Amino acid sequence: MSYFQEGITWLNDPLNWTNPGGLMDRLIEHLVISFWAVLLGCAVGWPIGIWLGHRGRGGGAVVTVANLTLAIPTLALLTILPLTPLGFGKPPVVVALAVFAVPPLLANAYTGLRSVDPETRDAARGMGLSGGQLLRQVELPLAVPYLAAGLRTAAVQVVATAALAALVNGGGLGQIISAGFGIGMSNGGGGQIVAGGFAVALLALLVEGLLALFQRLVTPPALRARKRRRNAVTVTTG
Amino acid sequence: MSLLSWGPASLTPVAAPADDGPGNPWFSWRYVHENADAIGLALRFHAGLTAKTVLLALVVAVPLAVVAYWIKPLTAPILALSGILYTIPSLALLSLLAPLVGTTSTTSVLIALVMYALLVLVRNSLAGLTQVPPEVIDAATGMGYGRLGRLLRVELPLALPGILTGLRLATVSTVALVTVGSLIGQGGLGDLILGGFRNNFYKAEILTGTVLCVGLALVLDLLLAGLGRVLTPWTRGRAA
Repeated sequence: MSYFQEGITWLNDPLNWTNPGGLMDRLIEHLVISFWAVLLGCAVGWPIGIWLGHRGRGGGAVVTVANLTLAIPTLALLTILPLTPLGFGKPPVVVALAVFAVPPLLANAYTGLRSVDPETRDAARGMGLSGGQLLRQVELPLAVPYLAAGLRTAAVQVVATAALAALVNGGGLGQIISAGFGIGMSNGGGGQIVAGGFAVALLALLVEGLLALFQRLVTPPALRARKRRRNAVTVTTG
Repeated sequence: MSLLSWGPASLTPVAAPADDGPGNPWFSWRYVHENADAIGLALRFHAGLTAKTVLLALVVAVPLAVVAYWIKPLTAPILALSGILYTIPSLALLSLLAPLVGTTSTTSVLIALVMYALLVLVRNSLAGLTQVPPEVIDAATGMGYGRLGRLLRVELPLALPGILTGLRLATVSTVALVTVGSLIGQGGLGDLILGGFRNNFYKAEILTGTVLCVGLALVLDLLLAGLGRVLTPWTRGRAA
């Protein structure tokens, strides 16, 4: 238990927050890396997912891609990418994290567009909407809750795995933990390890909470109500 | 650092040997040959830890799913709790567990891995259990099965496909996650990956670890898929 007291002591020292390479520096670094990774993931995952969902094909490929990335260790990409022409520093970390952000974004975008009621789609077509209009005015607005759900999953995952970047000196909050292990558990590093662990865990839970709220906000009230009603129905029948 | 502790076989050359082509190749048979012992040890450690994790998680998850299935008000809290555990980053969990249980054994890695496998398994087992048709449950009750007998003879066999899906997902993600244990030198093939990075960016070592890791995940996934195929006809025969 003494390590946890050391951790609290470490967190209570304002210098540990404001020093160069302290908590504030690392937090900003962490958020910047995560932001670019999620943005890159969105730029790749959303257009492909939306296009495949609009066309209504490639569902098997989406599942395969999602399952394949599950088998790739984050650590492997984080160590391999700096040795490619991407070079060291932030870019390889951002790309590595984006690779793991793509599957949830892609899969949710695909599911979102596929789950639009076929009758709604027929009605829109009957009203004379072209394919592009159908996508922009009917399918995308109805898929927004799914897109938000994908964003939430991807962002939480990126913020969580960004901590691993520290193992290859990529910066972020994980750096505090790995520096603690560098000092050594019993040489005073234990408190820093625990403090870093708390900070990373808290950040992930915070991002999860904020994005859950965001997801609720962008879900139109009508869709929210329908979902609740549907849930109620399944409860009574099941 | 952790590589060095595996004895002389793992004292890898800083630069790749000359007959592997110039510089630092991504793959080198000579590296694999000279370090076969260390690689085999890491692979066995990796597979062993994965097996332990998945078995432990299964032993915890299935009863938990049954509790959530039997006592409906507990479903939401159980899923929410395992969801929160799943959100906590592996590195954070490891750094909070390591000071508690020590870094010299695999216990802290094992606990962290079990926590992650838990959510997938609980969620899939519960999905499998809730998919059992109500008519089947009625029929079993009518035949005189009690709650436990019905669970063991009817509901769990019918939930097997769901449980197996969860098992496959949990196994594949566990194989990838074990590498995070290399933070405290207990990462199996992850120790090769990180060791290669720290050993002057020795590409052959990094890629060997990565390829074996992905390969292990795929082999285990195929094995479990085969197991599911063996078990499913029997389940279907029962359901029909």
